[in-house]
Amino acid sequence: MTVDASRGAEAPPELVQLLTPEGERVEHPDYDIDLTPEEVRELYRDLVLVRRIDMEAVALQRQGELGIWASLLGQEAAQIGSARALADSDMAFPTYREHGVAWCRGVDPLYLLGLFRGVSNGGWDPADHNFHLYTIVIGAQALHAVGYAMGVQRDGADAATIVYFGDGATSQGDVNEAFIWASVFNAPVVFFCQNNQWAISEPLEKQSRIPLYRRASGFGFPGIRVDGNDVFACLAVTRQALRNAREGQGPTLIEAFTYRMGAHTTSDDPTRYRVAGELEAWKLKDPIERVKAYLFRNQHADQDFFDAVDAEAGRLGREVRKRCLELPDPNPLDIFEHVYAEPNALLAEEREQFAAYLASFEGGES
Amino acid sequence: MTTLTLAKALNEGLRKAMEDDPKVLIMGEDVGKLGGVFRVTDGLQKDFGESRVIDTPLAESGIIGTAIGLALRGYRPVCEIQFDGFVFPAADQIITQLAKMPLRSLGKVKLPVVVRIPCGGGIGAVEHHSESPEAYFTHTGGLRVVACSNPVDGYHMVQQAIRSDDPVVFFEPKRRYWDKAEVDKDAAPLPMGRGRVVRPGADVTVLTYGPMVKTCLEAANAVEGERSIEVVDLRSLSPLDTELVFDSVRRTGRCVVAHEAPMYNGLGAEIAARVTEACFYHLESPVLRVGGFSTPYPPSRLEDHYLPDLDRVLDAVDRTFAF
Repeated sequence: MTVDASRGAEAPPELVQLLTPEGERVEHPDYDIDLTPEEVRELYRDLVLVRRIDMEAVALQRQGELGIWASLLGQEAAQIGSARALADSDMAFPTYREHGVAWCRGVDPLYLLGLFRGVSNGGWDPADHNFHLYTIVIGAQALHAVGYAMGVQRDGADAATIVYFGDGATSQGDVNEAFIWASVFNAPVVFFCQNNQWAISEPLEKQSRIPLYRRASGFGFPGIRVDGNDVFACLAVTRQALRNAREGQGPTLIEAFTYRMGAHTTSDDPTRYRVAGELEAWKLKDPIERVKAYLFRNQHADQDFFDAVDAEAGRLGREVRKRCLELPDPNPLDIFEHVYAEPNALLAEEREQFAAYLASFEGGES
Repeated sequence: MTTLTLAKALNEGLRKAMEDDPKVLIMGEDVGKLGGVFRVTDGLQKDFGESRVIDTPLAESGIIGTAIGLALRGYRPVCEIQFDGFVFPAADQIITQLAKMPLRSLGKVKLPVVVRIPCGGGIGAVEHHSESPEAYFTHTGGLRVVACSNPVDGYHMVQQAIRSDDPVVFFEPKRRYWDKAEVDKDAAPLPMGRGRVVRPGADVTVLTYGPMVKTCLEAANAVEGERSIEVVDLRSLSPLDTELVFDSVRRTGRCVVAHEAPMYNGLGAEIAARVTEACFYHLESPVLRVGGFSTPYPPSRLEDHYLPDLDRVLDAVDRTFAF
């Protein structure tokens, strides 16, 4: 079996890139973006802050405060770039690693930490942020996004839907069914695949023999591969795909070619399945460093700005940590809450029995 | 009053629900021009259009998954799974997503999705077209599971299921689709979560649902004068109307549970356990079960042996008197 050399640090030729790893602005014939220095500084701030939240969460997990954490390290540009392309009315459907998207949608990081700490399975109201709940079953949310987009279509609303999933998810039936549905119903949906090269320990070659973005053509809609570590390119490409969706031109598959620099989750050990050189090569393409280099190179920011962002990140990290540690365990009887929208006799009976059991202990719950 | 088959009663119930609420959608394979393989959705696409009666691609997970998305957008989708055995490709979406998403949101998300499943055997079909998968779904918290058995319930229950803010798995006994009954559309229906004593009796309670209701009524009629059999149509499989069940068993002192699904780990096992626990001092004999075997559903030439019939029900009734 041959191995697709494009998995490594070599950028394949069809990649849309607007900012090189060295921080140099480059042009693309189909995709361009005009950002003010202030806008670039805001993107930089997002990138740094979500990385800090992520680092803090990894540390909390290592200290036993979270059961598990799925780190976004290395994928910040793909998430911030695509999420900042969204209009408020657009709906985002994440998997379980979209902490950067959640950040851009205004979801309190405590919800994410609470999920991995085990105090709830989510808890936020998707309608408050147009950011759906995390979905752990791989690729299941792709169909939800398409169905939601079909609803948008029926409502005649000026909105689009974006769904996030990884390279491994492209092997799932649900993602392929979502492609079919989106195509035949011309649904206003953008499929945003973060190809981070690894589905836990399985490399991309175990998922596909062709570049993932090319799969779209088989379903009858465009696919585009973007440098997933380039926040400018991710923003430009996603903005265009969302605009096409809103204008009735149907779905687009975006493959953000990126790299998961950490483990799949804190439970796995990437040194067992990948070589150190690969990580080192990708570190040179770090999504944050290139924006920093761009800002420096063009004198759009000085050291004071970077120091201020770092200080803000530090404060945010400390605040997230403190609030996470303060999260109380749920009440035992919460097990029975919110299972059904309407009264349910079976749960009422079980709840009553469990409450009586708890109350039978001295000082027990009532 | 009007005389309707179960299939037509369901059709008219769906029509009424669509008229009452523009957010109600029907989706599934062949539900549009064809009107569904059992014609339950006959004529609905013609009257409500292709955007409300949606012929979908042939993929069951896709049907349920996109219905969830539509429900998140405020619609009330009614999904048709063409045959019971085809619900399994959709089981992941039903069990991991449809059932659990409201809890994931701490109740902020409601998923008023109905999954209609023509169920059970007795129509001479090929493999995967005659199954009784209800226990898979009653085992899943977050779902309501109901089974209709006659045109009156077909008409009203499907509307109740659509109005419910909870996901509902809705079983329709396909071998009873052509049974007729008088349907009073204006009469106040029994709530969806309640069971019904369909034939009062004094000596033994037979608990059943869906296609077996008719079989059990035939059994009761066959021994009228010798044994007084009370037949209860459970209607709601999750949650069960335990009050009605326990009340009946306490009166009769004997209990048989009858269903088509395999007995092992079937719904009958759960009901027998509950009845035993709640009615122990009223029981004259153990709760007995009648059901399918722990085998795949057999080729249709053998289904008359597999499906519990009148005699198998009466045999179990007799055994409850032998203790």
